[in-house]
Amino acid sequence: MQLFDIIFYVFALLTVCSAVIVVFSKNVIHAAFALLFTFFGVAALYVLLQADFLAVTQVLIYVGGILVLLLFGLMLTNNVVSVDIKTGSLRMVPALLLIAVVAGSLSGIFYSTWKETPATPVASSGTTSALGNLLMTTYALPFEVASIVLLIALIGAASVARRKRKA
Amino acid sequence: MGSLGPIWKEFSAWLPHVQLSHFLVVSAILFSLGLYAIMTRKNAILVLMGIELVLNAANINFLAFSRYGSLNLDGQVAAVFVIILAASEAAIALAIVLNMYHRFQTINVDEVNSLKE
Repeated sequence: MQLFDIIFYVFALLTVCSAVIVVFSKNVIHAAFALLFTFFGVAALYVLLQADFLAVTQVLIYVGGILVLLLFGLMLTNNVVSVDIKTGSLRMVPALLLIAVVAGSLSGIFYSTWKETPATPVASSGTTSALGNLLMTTYALPFEVASIVLLIALIGAASVARRKRKA
Repeated sequence: MGSLGPIWKEFSAWLPHVQLSHFLVVSAILFSLGLYAIMTRKNAILVLMGIELVLNAANINFLAFSRYGSLNLDGQVAAVFVIILAASEAAIALAIVLNMYHRFQTINVDEVNSLKE
């Protein structure tokens, strides 16, 4: 077993265990903080997959942005008196059955053989400049559309969340 | 364990050497957990967390195929777009949830049953 394998197992275990806490914890604050570890574990998996730019983006946007936003949402929508905010669950048995089916069929890839092409070695400068080139050439149109989407999301979120003035 | 013997042997031979399918299995587990959270959680924000888990699972798949498959950097670009959409989705959904709380004083998805005042 090489170092790569050991690191993979450590971070895969971290990711999956904290995701289990996210899904099954009764305390929503605990769930939110477990999600932090899930995001970090996923970022580490990105590093193992030679996606350095994506790993940094994951930490910046998910941990620094989305998770903070979710925590704000949790704090603003509960009558917070302590960190002890509980929540319930619905329809657990049918959901568990469906999830068992989904996970089982997805894990059918356990023994399937994928055709692996030898990975193209990543330049020592990382993938950032190559990604930037792609975004400015091949993917210029989706890039511009994404910027419009972000702008619309910004305006939409601001106008939806704003308290209505009493006219 | 008698009938499981060969399968276990194959499994323990597969386990140590990390390759494409290991990443796919991790992402399958994350996807299933996220789907479970979407289906069972009462709190709307925890449903959102489930959606984030599902999106992360999809991203792991993109990057795994770009590393081990022939997707190369195109997969990473797709993952960038997934992250962009996740960010805008979280912002919009939070705004909707705040409105929901303002209107119903709760964000439990089983108690919210009308869109209009």
